[in-house]
Amino acid sequence: MTPPAERGTGTRLADDARSGSRRALSRLLTAIESRTPVAEEALRLLYPQAGGAHVVGITGPPGGGKSTLVAALVAEARRGQRAVAVLAIDPSSPVTGGAILGDRIRMQQYAVDDAVFIRSMASRGHLGGLAAATAGSAAVLDACGFDLVFIETVGTGQSEVEVAAIADTTIVVQAPEMGDEVQAMKAGLLEVADLVVVNKADRPGADRAAAQLRSMLSLGEVDDALDAARPRPKRPRVLLASGLDGSGVPELLRALDAHDTARRRDDRPHAARIARARAQIEGILADRTRDALWSARRRSETDALVERVAAHELDPYAAVDLLRLSL
Amino acid sequence: MTDRPLKVLIAKPGLDGHDRGAKVLARGLRDEGFEVVYTGLRQTPEMVATAALQEDVDVVGLSILSGAHMTLVPRICELLRSEGMDDVLVTAGGIIPAEDITALKEAGVAEVFGPGTPIGVVADFMREHARPRD
Repeated sequence: MTPPAERGTGTRLADDARSGSRRALSRLLTAIESRTPVAEEALRLLYPQAGGAHVVGITGPPGGGKSTLVAALVAEARRGQRAVAVLAIDPSSPVTGGAILGDRIRMQQYAVDDAVFIRSMASRGHLGGLAAATAGSAAVLDACGFDLVFIETVGTGQSEVEVAAIADTTIVVQAPEMGDEVQAMKAGLLEVADLVVVNKADRPGADRAAAQLRSMLSLGEVDDALDAARPRPKRPRVLLASGLDGSGVPELLRALDAHDTARRRDDRPHAARIARARAQIEGILADRTRDALWSARRRSETDALVERVAAHELDPYAAVDLLRLSL
Repeated sequence: MTDRPLKVLIAKPGLDGHDRGAKVLARGLRDEGFEVVYTGLRQTPEMVATAALQEDVDVVGLSILSGAHMTLVPRICELLRSEGMDDVLVTAGGIIPAEDITALKEAGVAEVFGPGTPIGVVADFMREHARPRD
C-alpha cells in the first residue's frame, strides 16, 4: 500500500523527466533500481509513451571493446544531432554486493553534452547480462524522447542472451583472435545477433575472423528457403569496426538504422517486441511473487518452510504448494 | 528499499596523471559493498558534476594530487549545488595540505582523507554521513 505522502512523487518525476529534467530522470532510474512504489507509479505512466526510440543492445565478451564501440556510436549519432542514452551494466560482487562501474571511462568526453545521458548500473545478482531494472530504465529513456538507447551488457560468455528480449536490435561484439571456427558454430550468443561486429579491426587477424564468422553464420541458408516452417537462426551481417579509431562506425550506425527501418515497416507484431512484452510481464510477476513471499505478513511462514526444505523434511515443491500463492 | 548499496563516484579532476590511489580506493570500496562509478583521469569539474547527476550517486569522492584542489573542489561543489544535488556527500583525498582543509570544508567538502587512511575508515565515514534518500 502506498502511503499518501508518497502518492504523486512518481507522477511528478515522470512529468519532470519528460520535460527534460535530468535530475528527475536520474532519480527515477534510482527508484526503478530500488523497485519502490514511486517507480511503479512512474512506469505505469511512461510505458505507454515508449516505443519511439531505437533500443540497441550491445553484448559480447569482456574486453572486446563494447564501451569504446558504444562511445564511437554515440559520437557518430551526435554528428546526426540525435539524442542518445546509454545504459551500461557491470557485474555486482556475489560476495559483498559491491561493484566497479567502469564503462563511463570510455564515454566521459560526451558527458557534458545535454543530448547525451549515460547511466551505469550494477547487475545486483541478476543473471543474463543485465540488471533487473534494465527493461524499465530503457522504457523510461525511450519515453523521455531519446532517439537511440544503447544497452551495454555485462561482459558475456556464451549464453547470456537476455538483452535480445529487451532490445530492438542486438549487436554481438567480437574481437580478433577470440577463437576458431568451432566457436562460431556453437549455439548461444551469436544466434541472437542482428549484427555481428568484429571490433578492433585495426588489429591483425580481424579480416580473417570476420570471414570465418561469415562463413559459419551463413551455413544452412539454402535449407531456410526449402522449409519455411523450420525455426531459423537469424542471418546477421558481419561488420568490421574499430571503436578506437572510428573506422567502420558510420557503416555500423547505417546498418542499425536499416534494421530499425525494416522492423518498423513490418506490420506483423515484431517477434522482439512480443519477447520484450513477455519478459516485462514475467519480470513484474516474479518481483511481486518475491515481494509477497518476504512481506511482513508472510515472512515467518516463508522462513519456516525454507528451514524445513533445508533440513530435507519437506520437498521444495510441497513447500510451494503450502504457500498457496495464487496468480 | 533502504538496503540498496551506497553509490559512490570516484573522480579525478584536473591534470595530474596519478590514479593509483583512486583505483585502490575504488577497489576497496567495492569490497565494502559499495557500487563505485570510476570515471578515469583528467576530468573537468563539469564532467564530474554531470556524472554525479546522471549516476544519482550518494557520495562524490575527489582524488587530487596536482595541488589544484583549491580551484577544482569549490567549483565542483558549486556545480553540484546548482544542479540541485546539495544532498550529495563530497569527500576529498590525495595530497592536500592541512592548512587548506578548513577552506575546503567551508566550500562544501565533508571530510578530507590524507595518504595512508585505511579504506575502512573512509567507508565508515561515507556510510555514516551519506544522506539517506528514498
